[in-house]
Amino acid sequence: MTGSLNMVGYGLAAIGPGVGIGLIFAAYISGVARQPESRAMLQSIAILGFALAEALAIIGIGLAFALK
Amino acid sequence: MSILLAAEGDGFVSPGPSDFVYPGILGSFVTKPILIIVLGTLAVGVFYYLAARRAAVVPDKMQFAGESLYGFVRNDIALDAIGHEGMKFVPYLATLFSFIAVLNLSGIIPFLQFPATSSIAIPLFLAVVSWVIFLYQGIKRQGFVKYFKDMMFPPGIPWPVYILLAPIEFFSTVIVRPLTLTLRLTFNMFAGHLVLLLFILGGEYLLVHYGGIVGIAAGSVSLLGSIVLTFFEGFVQILQAYVFTLLSALYIGGALADEH
Repeated sequence: MTGSLNMVGYGLAAIGPGVGIGLIFAAYISGVARQPESRAMLQSIAILGFALAEALAIIGIGLAFALK
Repeated sequence: MSILLAAEGDGFVSPGPSDFVYPGILGSFVTKPILIIVLGTLAVGVFYYLAARRAAVVPDKMQFAGESLYGFVRNDIALDAIGHEGMKFVPYLATLFSFIAVLNLSGIIPFLQFPATSSIAIPLFLAVVSWVIFLYQGIKRQGFVKYFKDMMFPPGIPWPVYILLAPIEFFSTVIVRPLTLTLRLTFNMFAGHLVLLLFILGGEYLLVHYGGIVGIAAGSVSLLGSIVLTFFEGFVQILQAYVFTLLSALYIGGALADEH
């Protein structure tokens, strides 16, 4: 079996942002469930938080391909 | 797992970064991504031209489509993130959103099927444009010294913390912001295209070359999965165009706000 250990490392590194994104949307869903009229305001905040947490996973995949 | 190992042993070449390098079509400069950029630019231009050509009180279909898109950027991005001053940035943000969305969606349009934004040059250039705009607006509004002083030395903090905080704030605003804008868009498109390639090429390999009942079953699942993933990619591509535009608007809004 051949391949690069980088990919295993990336898989491990993706756990963190995965948990983070899960927490962000859990908070968003419970917020909307409690107060449905705040949906529009919460949505852009949730997507912003999602984008910031996701940047970590994206930097990870970039480095997994770039570092030898 | 055993299927995967056997397939690798028999010569299935998994897709990688080399699948993103295209040979030149006309000379070495005109490649497939370049053609997609030209087509995408034309598509955006023609779309907005047709939408604005016969502006009327009762809109026709094209005007309605154009106004919906423009109104979405104006109300949900510019006015939300910047405030009432956001009106003068709506043309830039709407252009940014439609351009990125079209270049992203070229990844799932049949026959094109390559997201041009997965070449780092395009997101990098767009991020640098946004970077120049928000720094310029901040310096113009608050003055060079005050803008950087407010950025690096937020009030209400004991002074020893500034030794640590000032470089971090400077680094995160001036260097990390354009970098993450670029990398987020590039590698989302890169990874999405890679996953689609893996499902489609792997399904083809299992069906045609691996064969047998296992190969046909696994290959069919893989190809059906690729259809679902294509729709998911479309969603991600629109979402990433929205995120890029929203973050650009937030950075401009932050530069225009007086207090930090």
